[in-house]
Amino acid sequence: MTTSSPAPKLPVSLAANPKLSSWVNFTGDGRVAISPGKVEIGQGIVTALAQIAADELDVDISRIEMIRASTAMSPNEGVTSGSLSIQQSGRALRHACAEVRRRFLTAASERLGVDVSTLDVDDGTISGPGNVRTSYWELASEVSLDHDATADPRAKSIDRRIVAGHSVQRVDIPDKVFARPRFIHDLALAGLVHGRVLRPDISGAKLIALDEEAARAGPGLVAVVRDGGFAGVVADNEAAADAALKALRKGATWSAGEPLPDEDDLAGFLRSQPVDTTVIDARTAEPTRKPAQTLRRQYTRPYIAHASIAPSCAIAQWDGDRVHVWTHSQGIYLLRADLAIVLKLPADNIVVEHMEGAGCYGHNAADDVALDAVLLARAAGGRPVRVQWSRHDEMSHAPFGAAMAIEIEADLDANNEIIGWRHAIWSNGHAARPGRAAQPALLAATEIANPYPRMISTNPPAANGGGGDRNSVPLYDLPAWTITSHRLMTMPVRTSALRTLGAQGNVFAIESLLDEIAALRGEDPIAFRLRHLRDERARDAIRAAARRAGWKPPKHAGVGHGVGFARYKNIGAYCAVIAEIEGSDDIRVKRLTLAVDVGEAINPDGVINQIEGGAIQATSWVLKERVRFDRTRITSTSWTDYPILTFSEVPAVVVEIIQRPEIEPVGAGEAAHGPVTAAIANAVYDCLGVRVRDLPITRDRIIAAAELAS
Amino acid sequence: MPTLQFQLNGAATAVDTDPDQPLLDVLRGRLGLTSAHFGCGAGECGACHVMVGDRAITSCDAPMWSVADKDVVTVEGLGTAERPHPLQRAFISEQAMQCGYCVSGILVSAAALLKRNPSPTEAEVRAALDRNLCRCGSHNRMVRAVLRAAAEMAAS
Repeated sequence: MTTSSPAPKLPVSLAANPKLSSWVNFTGDGRVAISPGKVEIGQGIVTALAQIAADELDVDISRIEMIRASTAMSPNEGVTSGSLSIQQSGRALRHACAEVRRRFLTAASERLGVDVSTLDVDDGTISGPGNVRTSYWELASEVSLDHDATADPRAKSIDRRIVAGHSVQRVDIPDKVFARPRFIHDLALAGLVHGRVLRPDISGAKLIALDEEAARAGPGLVAVVRDGGFAGVVADNEAAADAALKALRKGATWSAGEPLPDEDDLAGFLRSQPVDTTVIDARTAEPTRKPAQTLRRQYTRPYIAHASIAPSCAIAQWDGDRVHVWTHSQGIYLLRADLAIVLKLPADNIVVEHMEGAGCYGHNAADDVALDAVLLARAAGGRPVRVQWSRHDEMSHAPFGAAMAIEIEADLDANNEIIGWRHAIWSNGHAARPGRAAQPALLAATEIANPYPRMISTNPPAANGGGGDRNSVPLYDLPAWTITSHRLMTMPVRTSALRTLGAQGNVFAIESLLDEIAALRGEDPIAFRLRHLRDERARDAIRAAARRAGWKPPKHAGVGHGVGFARYKNIGAYCAVIAEIEGSDDIRVKRLTLAVDVGEAINPDGVINQIEGGAIQATSWVLKERVRFDRTRITSTSWTDYPILTFSEVPAVVVEIIQRPEIEPVGAGEAAHGPVTAAIANAVYDCLGVRVRDLPITRDRIIAAAELAS
Repeated sequence: MPTLQFQLNGAATAVDTDPDQPLLDVLRGRLGLTSAHFGCGAGECGACHVMVGDRAITSCDAPMWSVADKDVVTVEGLGTAERPHPLQRAFISEQAMQCGYCVSGILVSAAALLKRNPSPTEAEVRAALDRNLCRCGSHNRMVRAVLRAAAEMAAS
């Protein structure tokens, strides 16, 4: 057998977009334009990427101008999701900037007549012995970046990075506190008009007749648009558009719609549908032992709304057979692909440009509203049309995170040690994003004349972290397991990607049952976990959280502590959580203590911000959130019907980062949700002696679980 | 249409408007001030908060007649990059947001609180911000920022 070191490979985003000039350009005013394909969704990614570029180029971060992604010029990096931006865009930029730096040093060496190894770069000024100097900007006209990146690695060593690894202030925040327009909602364009789309209250109802007369009579109306079951209005201002839509609604006749499941028996619904079954993973023990007992537990989580604070918004403007779209979509190229299908146009006729929206936490209505704007703008005579959904539509027509039923059977031996483990998931698919199928995933595409069918959600492959099965394979060293995913082939409630996909539900289930088994054994739940983990980073994270929380604090009546742990996707960030709660009938989460290992934390405060935010959002999901519906319609269409955690209810959150600069960074945005969910549930047991296995953990659920247990 | 007069960020302002028109529509549409954001249109999320006197109100459901002759302040009137309000400085120092869409409504609620109560406790800050929803989970950073601004204002 011969051995050879593997050929160096380009980072995946750079391999797909190798041209250096698509990532980096020096502009005449002493600035550096950096063009990532990933987009800002409030996670601070553009700042972290600016840090990486500043480091590799040796320029002050204030010189760096982060260019918003556009299909007209940006590298195609797919979608900004899955906590992959630092991995994908960060690595690509680090590599590209290092190569750009070297190309400039080579040119400087020739111009200055000194050896390249003697040159140094300080804030873009290149200098060498004898006080010779030039700069990136002086050389920019001579150094072409229209070259493909080459594979040999040449990024700086860790000890020479001075910006990455430090908490620099986010570049977008000053605009946001001084109200300088940054959001798509605030974009001022000449001639802007406003559109609204008519959508049914009854789930699955189709528009079968429409009297447009009243809508046409209103002041300020530009157009009423009808394309099969798609209908909308365009008006001079938002109030006129709202009034016209109201009038249009009165003239609409709808079909009967399609029935929704029983919201009080989600598991019954999920477990009775036709499914596509996949064995995700299996491990067989030798020899197989006969269990002394088998624990069988079912866990559920409801449909959860993305519930962005801003309703989804887009702007579209036609020029002949070309259209320009402004969007807060997470995937501009993917959206463009779907628009091209619906419009039957070459993709080159469509420019999709990103502008920031509110945090979306996954696939919300950002893409849907973009097609709405494109369709309405066809009637606007070349004027840009801005469409903003209503709160009601945002909470009822956007995709939801999928409900899940999870059953785990744990075989225990006579000492209550785990000898077998079967984990089965029933859930809709967790992804129906645009741009990945032969048919479009956009809502209006299912409404127009010659409509496309509603795409049934699928699951990303296990190699990409899976979907409903995400984090279903235990990281723990159990002797045997079988993990099975049942994906529903029906989809009465529209689902797509919500932060963590299935990981929140699976981690909740695994960590709840482990806690139960530890309790059965009379073993400390942290000791029990550590005993089943070989991965030292995992053990470090759990020990760090335990230490920081003073595990285990003395027992007080009315107070409970619980632990939860996961490594996101089993290949991403490690996160361990200790939850402290107070409770009787109502649960109050007092404090969450988290330890997190993302490898190299490029911007430690940014990582802490993401983990804090994830922990608080997860607390909201666990204590409060549940999409409500009756058999005909979604009923949780306002903040009153879909309450989220308020300032007074938010727990204290303490985050400890385990900094590992030598390890490639991974994203932090989704690491906390599963562990926090489990830690709260386990703290509820510690406090009340009740295992609540159905989310959200509300007063009613606690009472029901207590009655079941007694 | 009748002409309605009010003070906006310290300047006398007159608009010809339907008196029932929501203030938010006039601010964002006619006057081009985009700090107050539309979130729900029902006064439930606080993204559209503006200050009237020393109170934060939801401008999405406040009819124009209700602010006639009143003193209305939006984030544009709180401060600028050159002359920031202590709250704006503190929100930067604490990196007190993720997406930031809710932030101007929260700055307004906090500014109104500090007018009424220059040295609030943490619990008072939280209570004052309870009508503002934040979906990103930046609450604790924002509370720290408000307390920091209060301390700075007390010291100056």
